Amino acid sequence: MLDNIGLLTLAPVLNIQLLLDGLFIGAVFVLAAYGLALVWGVMNVKNLAQGEFVIMGGYFAWHLGTLGVHPIASLPIVIAIMFAFGWLVYETIIKYVISRDLFTSLLATFGIALVVQQGLNLAYGPEVRTAESGFSTHSLFGGLVTVAEIKIVSFCLALGLAATVILFMKTSRMGQAIRATAQDARAAKIMGIDTERVYAFTYALNAAICGAAGVLVSMIWVIQPFYGIPHSIRAFVIVTAAGLGNIPGVIVAGLGLGVAEQYSGFVLGLEFQQATALILLLLVLIWRQVQLARYRQVVQ
Amino acid sequence: MTGDNTLHGPARTGGDGVPRRKIAINADTTPWYIYAAIIIFGVAAPFIFPAYTTQIALLWLMILFALTWDICGGQMGYNSLGNIFFFGAGMYISAVIQVGMFTDVGTYTSARGGEQLVLDYGDYFFSLFVGTIAAAIGCVVLAIVLGRIVFGLRGPYFAIGTLGLALAARELAGTWEWIGGGSGIAMPVYPGQPHEKSVVFYILFLLLAVLTFVFVRWLYATRFGLAINAIRDDEGKAEAMGIHTLRHKLVAWSSAAFLLGMSGAIFGNLTGFIEPLEVAFPAATFGIFMVVMALLGGKGTLWGPVIGATLFHIVKEVTWTYLLGWQWVALGLLIVINVVFFQEGIMGWMQRKWPERFGITVDQRVSADKAGEEASR
Repeated sequence: MLDNIGLLTLAPVLNIQLLLDGLFIGAVFVLAAYGLALVWGVMNVKNLAQGEFVIMGGYFAWHLGTLGVHPIASLPIVIAIMFAFGWLVYETIIKYVISRDLFTSLLATFGIALVVQQGLNLAYGPEVRTAESGFSTHSLFGGLVTVAEIKIVSFCLALGLAATVILFMKTSRMGQAIRATAQDARAAKIMGIDTERVYAFTYALNAAICGAAGVLVSMIWVIQPFYGIPHSIRAFVIVTAAGLGNIPGVIVAGLGLGVAEQYSGFVLGLEFQQATALILLLLVLIWRQVQLARYRQVVQ
Repeated sequence: MTGDNTLHGPARTGGDGVPRRKIAINADTTPWYIYAAIIIFGVAAPFIFPAYTTQIALLWLMILFALTWDICGGQMGYNSLGNIFFFGAGMYISAVIQVGMFTDVGTYTSARGGEQLVLDYGDYFFSLFVGTIAAAIGCVVLAIVLGRIVFGLRGPYFAIGTLGLALAARELAGTWEWIGGGSGIAMPVYPGQPHEKSVVFYILFLLLAVLTFVFVRWLYATRFGLAINAIRDDEGKAEAMGIHTLRHKLVAWSSAAFLLGMSGAIFGNLTGFIEPLEVAFPAATFGIFMVVMALLGGKGTLWGPVIGATLFHIVKEVTWTYLLGWQWVALGLLIVINVVFFQEGIMGWMQRKWPERFGITVDQRVSADKAGEEASR
């Protein structure tokens, strides 16, 4: 363990590798976390099925890849399918949990997560998959740092998607309606906004964003039916750390988590990479609580 | 919302829409013959169905799971998704103690099960006893230490935090070489015949489940039971009324941890082999089952978890192998349907349907069922 820290100081170039890999994968975490923040903020549903939507999108991209569609070309198709799927899930389940207590939505989405991951397992089997994109890999610093082109492409795609969604939320009619509903659903209803439709659209949009993130994950990383839970936990870490409605915070936290995972994987060993997000989640929750306790004292 | 419920509605209903105000104290009105029937079944089962002894032993374990989950989840309103943590922690504590009594743990685990620990009857049961007690005490200590951290979290944060706790423990146990890491620990070998072993462990699980039931039945009828119900209904008000909420929450959680730790120690000895993912911290199976069973039967009731666990376990054991991989999808659907459309559970539904049978007097001015449910939202 200490050897690896020594290695990092001896060969500073390795830091660049870790940072780059962390940022590339972190950009994908940002997408899923942004979707969660959206659903959480607008309809107060904590979607535990977030990671499963990501993996589902990844499998669709992989499946289309076996049919000869390039993963990047499959992006719009997957977004459309996941949007429809999200709408369906909303109409059948989420509709009934919005007004209920928070644990209900948590457990209901956990049930959805279970159905999706097991369904994927039945459909595609438990093998670890990657969608082939056919891009080449570049070496920098005499082979010490390798950068796959596909990672850069996916990074740009993630940024583009995030920018599109943010622009959509800021400018379009539906985006304004969503933000109005998030601020005050009752008032929005009085103003003539069909909040039911807004909720459905928000959930479907979230599923579509997750699906897009999944396509990127399937290209630059690996997908497996049961890899959804870590993605859900990452999204929760990022949103809890950043706070709701804080888009710059989500971006920074997401990229930071990506880097943190790469570093802990390198320094402590790969088996700790999984535990990183979990330990960070606990730390973030404790930190929030300390903050709250301090706030309470101020109020007293 | 209908009529005049605004005056009484919210105050009279718990989170699950069951009228509560008129229950003087959570008195148990169960007729004695039900207890007699259960005890007779429990004692006679291994002789009547010798082939299913282990399955019925697991039924008692499931009942214990659901009952202990309900102490915090149903009665106190703190829905934990990570109670399985204490099951696994107890298992590991007992394993380390039991192995450590006879040999060095580090060298034993690094042999990767190459050497089995073979003991005679006296040593085996003595080590099992010491291990189980140590597991229970260790889990209580863990519950108090960790409870100080997680009980600052409210609502869904508590659920996510406890889930994170269980998953983190599972990852860390898999990397800790001293306790065997991912390849686990082999427990001491039972000195007798396999059938004899299953009967012995059946009796242990039966005793533990009965102990759990008697304990929670007593607990809910005390002042303490009312205090944790008050925390569930409105924590801020409970605190304002002078209830030391953190202390109550810690005691409730550590009593669940005590029982879960013991069950984990005994389960570890029954399986004979411990590893972190499937046996000690099965967050996706036992960890979820306990929540589902309590919800299915009706959380926040004495008998609900027992009924839910029995029904769930029987249906699972009968259908599981025939569903050919679809069982997990069915479990997910069951969770969704149960939570979204039938949250009050079987007991809650029966109490609403026939309140007088449960010693509840319903104030006629409140149309308790629908109105109360609507008002509490």
